Amino acid sequence: MADFFTTTTLGMGLLIVGQVLLIVVPLLVALAFLMYADRKIWAAVQMRRGPNVVGVFGLMQSFADFLKYIVKEVIFPAGADRVVFLLAPMVSLVMALIAWAVIPFNDGWVLSNINVAILYVMAVSSLEVYGVIMGGWASNSKYPFLGSLRSAAQMISYEVSIGLIIIGIIISTGSMNFSDIVGAQEGRYGLFSWYWLPHFPMLFLFLISALAETNRPPFDLPEAESELVAGYQVEYSSTPFLLFMIGELVAVVLMCAMTTLLFFGGWLSPIPGLPDGILWMIGKMLFVFFIFSMVKAITPRYRYDQLMRIGWKVFLPMSLVWVVLVAFLAKFEAFGGAYARWAIGG
Amino acid sequence: MEEMLKEYLPILVFLAIAIALGLVLILAAIVIAVRNPDPEKVSAYECGFNAFDDARMKFDVRFYLVSILFIIFDLEIAFLFPWAVAFKDLSMVGFWSMMVFLGVLTAGFAYEWKKGALEWE
Repeated sequence: MADFFTTTTLGMGLLIVGQVLLIVVPLLVALAFLMYADRKIWAAVQMRRGPNVVGVFGLMQSFADFLKYIVKEVIFPAGADRVVFLLAPMVSLVMALIAWAVIPFNDGWVLSNINVAILYVMAVSSLEVYGVIMGGWASNSKYPFLGSLRSAAQMISYEVSIGLIIIGIIISTGSMNFSDIVGAQEGRYGLFSWYWLPHFPMLFLFLISALAETNRPPFDLPEAESELVAGYQVEYSSTPFLLFMIGELVAVVLMCAMTTLLFFGGWLSPIPGLPDGILWMIGKMLFVFFIFSMVKAITPRYRYDQLMRIGWKVFLPMSLVWVVLVAFLAKFEAFGGAYARWAIGG
Repeated sequence: MEEMLKEYLPILVFLAIAIALGLVLILAAIVIAVRNPDPEKVSAYECGFNAFDDARMKFDVRFYLVSILFIIFDLEIAFLFPWAVAFKDLSMVGFWSMMVFLGVLTAGFAYEWKKGALEWE
């Protein structure tokens, strides 16, 4: 039986499909509950109850929303380019999903163990901008058009600093493979061996850039209701809108996974002696998601010029200086080689 | 080489499944939901009046400027990736030439800043 899955073409194909479904299905189910958790946390901060009608404690709220989306009418605005109009949410969803192909969840639990994993994730998440631009352009309406321009400019601005922060991590590791990066963070000191300590300032820059990159509050400027209504999504309804929503949230969870893998040691246990495992990985991702939710609940929204100023005039110079600094620290093995883990790990 | 390419096969399968998922969701709504368009419903959203003309209009040149700056810096990051991966095997020449490159880039960045390309008001 085991031979069937390792030798025959059909068996190998079925195995891959099974593995893909093993990632996609739990991810989408988790997404439904994360959406619910997000709303509940937001409500709790504002002393409201949040969704509490559908199911016990409102746990089934996201599934009810899903059904509602399916039975809503798909509206094509007059003058819209119908093909691009439907292609845009597809691009948004597909690009957000396929980035998960290279994310490891445990030692060796990775669908596609390629050596350029980070480059792949960066490339795929850059392509998400096309979904936004296409959606805004195809709608042939002023609000989506302006909203998509804003979103796109915002997303690409913060991608630069995310890229530079990742370069710092790669210098320390000498590999673009996520498993190697997590392996390099393994050490005697448990959670103090992880990269958040040597790369401490960049952890904050990364978290904030991740919020801006995924259009999360307080950087959800395309959705500034008083001026641009709902940004590039104004003309969307029904499942095309749902695809945008899912794509956006999958990208947020992906950023949680990236933060976990790059800074919090992935599936490594924080206390030496405890076994490593996928539960740590999931727990850390939930922790990062909780931070994202809290930020959404407690911070006021930025203004667009402030956002661009922070991106280009603060984050970019800081991350550039950090890359140079890490390069020097790694080259001359300062702090007992804390920045030069390739000597140990990989 | 063969082994390396094999690792990319799951990505293709993943791509196919993701596309299928998106198509199924969109088609589900198109098939299940009642479609009843009328001119008022499908007209472009504006503040209470009919849209005057095509929405694809001229836009602020700053967005264009930002995308050009993005290309410059993203290219620079693309140069940094192989350098960072090969960092442990780099000679001093390799190390310092990238520092010179970053220095030149910083000079360009300072020029953009002084020129006001990064200003939004």
